[in-house]
Amino acid sequence: MLQTISHNAQGKHDVIAFKLTDQDFCIDIGLVREIRGWSPTTVLPHAPHYVRGVINLRGSVVTVVDLSARLGFGASEPTHRHVVIIAMHEGRIVGLLADLVSDIVTISDDSIQAVPDIASDPAHEFITGMITFDDGRILRKIDLMQLLPDAPQYGG
Amino acid sequence: MSDMDEYLEMFFVECDELLEAVATGLRQMDEGTYEMETVHAVFRAVHSIKGGAAAFGLTDLVSFAHKFETALDLLRSSALDLSPQAMAVFHRSSDCLADLVAAARISDTRENALREELLIELEALIGEEDETEADVDFVPLSLDLGDFGGSPVGDRYVISLMAEADLYRSGNDPAALIRALEKLGEVRVTLDAGNVPVLSEWSADTPTLRWQIELETEALLSEVEAVFEFVEDRCRLSIATIDQTTEDPDPDLRDSQDPEPQDSDMAEPAITEGTPPAQTSPAPSAAAPRPEGRAEAPGAKAAEATTTATIRVNLDRVDKLMNMIGELVIKEAMLTQVIQTAGLSEEPEVVGALEGLRQLAGDIQESVMAIRAQPLKQVFQRMHRIVREAADATGKQVRLVTVGEQTEVDKTMIERLIDPLTHMIRNSVDHGLEDSVRRHRSGKPQEGAITLSAAHKSGRVQIEVSDDGGGIDRARVRSIAEDKGLVVPGASLTPGEIDSLLFLPGFSSKDEVSALSGRGVGLDVVRREITALGGRVTIASTEGKGTTFTISLPLTLAVLEGMLIQLDDQTLVLPITAVQETLRPDHATLHHIGATGRALLNRGELIPIIDLGCTFGLRPAPGDAHNGVLIVVETDNHKRAAFQVDAIHDQRQVVIKSLEENYGRVSGVSAATILGDGKIALIIDPEEIITSSTSDHGRDRMAIAANG
Repeated sequence: MLQTISHNAQGKHDVIAFKLTDQDFCIDIGLVREIRGWSPTTVLPHAPHYVRGVINLRGSVVTVVDLSARLGFGASEPTHRHVVIIAMHEGRIVGLLADLVSDIVTISDDSIQAVPDIASDPAHEFITGMITFDDGRILRKIDLMQLLPDAPQYGG
Repeated sequence: MSDMDEYLEMFFVECDELLEAVATGLRQMDEGTYEMETVHAVFRAVHSIKGGAAAFGLTDLVSFAHKFETALDLLRSSALDLSPQAMAVFHRSSDCLADLVAAARISDTRENALREELLIELEALIGEEDETEADVDFVPLSLDLGDFGGSPVGDRYVISLMAEADLYRSGNDPAALIRALEKLGEVRVTLDAGNVPVLSEWSADTPTLRWQIELETEALLSEVEAVFEFVEDRCRLSIATIDQTTEDPDPDLRDSQDPEPQDSDMAEPAITEGTPPAQTSPAPSAAAPRPEGRAEAPGAKAAEATTTATIRVNLDRVDKLMNMIGELVIKEAMLTQVIQTAGLSEEPEVVGALEGLRQLAGDIQESVMAIRAQPLKQVFQRMHRIVREAADATGKQVRLVTVGEQTEVDKTMIERLIDPLTHMIRNSVDHGLEDSVRRHRSGKPQEGAITLSAAHKSGRVQIEVSDDGGGIDRARVRSIAEDKGLVVPGASLTPGEIDSLLFLPGFSSKDEVSALSGRGVGLDVVRREITALGGRVTIASTEGKGTTFTISLPLTLAVLEGMLIQLDDQTLVLPITAVQETLRPDHATLHHIGATGRALLNRGELIPIIDLGCTFGLRPAPGDAHNGVLIVVETDNHKRAAFQVDAIHDQRQVVIKSLEENYGRVSGVSAATILGDGKIALIIDPEEIITSSTSDHGRDRMAIAANG
């Protein structure tokens, strides 16, 4: 189920934690190529509402997905404080727009819990697991595969 | 195994070059003013293919190349006259050889009918001249090899012998073989025991001794070979003839131990490569050694050395370099902007340095483009074959003249030009040229001429396919187009417009009667393919004199000349090739049709206006045309439309970036590019916008709905 995972110890792996509105999310660090500040995008015609547009990443054309819009929080109003997480997904490069990146966290596989059954929320289908910490913090693990449908689907 | 694949791939790449050499050589021979060296070059190329093929066990290829080579060898030794018939067989053999190589490449083992047929024809050629080989059967080939072109007296042979375990097992002894050689002449034997392992590792199953035998004899090569007749498949054997007069000082080459006869061996004028080792050759008789090389001019090596040194580079690397240079150009533009905003653009030193940088970036870009550029020769070369086949199929006599085949275009373009050009050439042979009766009647030579020429013209490449046929029968074209409902009967059409009807989909002037038509492809496909390359096709025809098709192509697919336009806050690029004119509309020329439809009256024609802002979902309703600029564009099937945009900024070359790589296709957009400020601009596909907007009226609103 989990994609590329960089194991630094048995049963543990690193994730990048980031914030959307007031919630904490994370994705596998192995998928992340770099983190950039927000820069204005070029709008793509006929694109789904959560596709913010494209940016120039050293000569490559990279799509930016507004995670907030994708997870149902509504479109974000990006400022220079917003970040774009550049991730590699099945050979394609994609940028994920988030409010801010908070931390790199090492989590153990057994701390991941299943998502409680709250079927109606759109975010549910993109979250594969919940990681709880002793201080009461919760990280929601995002599944890139679900987030970005196949090219033919989200092209038109 | 992957190693082997790699070598095999190298072999095929080499084959491509060799096949080209064969075809070029044969054409020189066609013209009659050839030198013996040309024949040698063709022979060497065929021989190299055979040698390589033998190493990879490509039996079909080996046996065919061998027969071809045998016939060529007869030609070299002047035992065969170069009659037009023989020439035709050679040409077809060269084509067949290319087919076999192509088949081997995709591991296609199907029987090739042409091969069988040509084998018999080649056999006939060989048989005609060589009385000792009366047998038309293909198998006992070794017979015809030793006997002709017999060696003169006083030869030196260098024999390299490495016995295999089988040789000993079958009761043979290298010593006995050497003694047998002694009977033929003076022998100097050197034993190479360098490969013998230490005793603890020694095994009787892997003999390691090697003998180097120099033989000075009056005997023929065939007699020397006869000594090894029974062991040739049980040892690694090579027999090289050394010409006393032009003996090569390089001892490595004399020691032809290399199991695969390579190019380098072949290029050596004075030395003849012997048998490739029997175990790599599935048809030992076919790969048997042959007396040759005697007639070979010492100039052979020099002639080959004149070709400039080249290296093979993976295209990816060049593309990467190209990408980085694109980045450099963008960075340079960004720097210029920064300097401008900093108010330094007036400083002479800054201006000078910036100018230098710009020039350098431009030069580098040009150099890399030059790396990607390749001469059109490869494409033109193939067309000779197409003409031959088309001429055969139609029964016409056709000569193809190529001009400017050194003209260079982008590598990717070369590959994509083959299909359209093939089609155009076939079209010229089939439809362009008249049959011989009609040619005779109009006082033209029997043989029709098709000229394929290429040249650089004002930053583009122009390729012309012209024939000296009867020209386009405009009355007939018109009546066919009317029959098929492509034009309104009685419409007034200029001759040029009638000619352009040939490019319409669904137009085919011959109703699948000839062997060449009926492929289901019309000139419309040619046009589409050329357009996809950013090119244009035009026709010019003179009744009775012939027809000329002109293809005009950009120099590269990596860069495009575009017009920068503004839509809302977005900048987009419109390819300049589609643009006919730009204008600011006034009340007199603007007309409303119904509630939303608008049209522009331009030179007596009503052109629909498309607001690109709506098409791309940037605004919900079409803006006022008076505030914008209209750009009249035309598609390939002569559909015109006026694009309404907010402003036109600039015209410049932009580097094309794929949008599909990381995202997907967007309708109405062909690709993306990066502007001077580092932002991405989409490149508009006017063709698609016009086609979709006229067929689907609800599209604009749908697009907006999708965008929220």
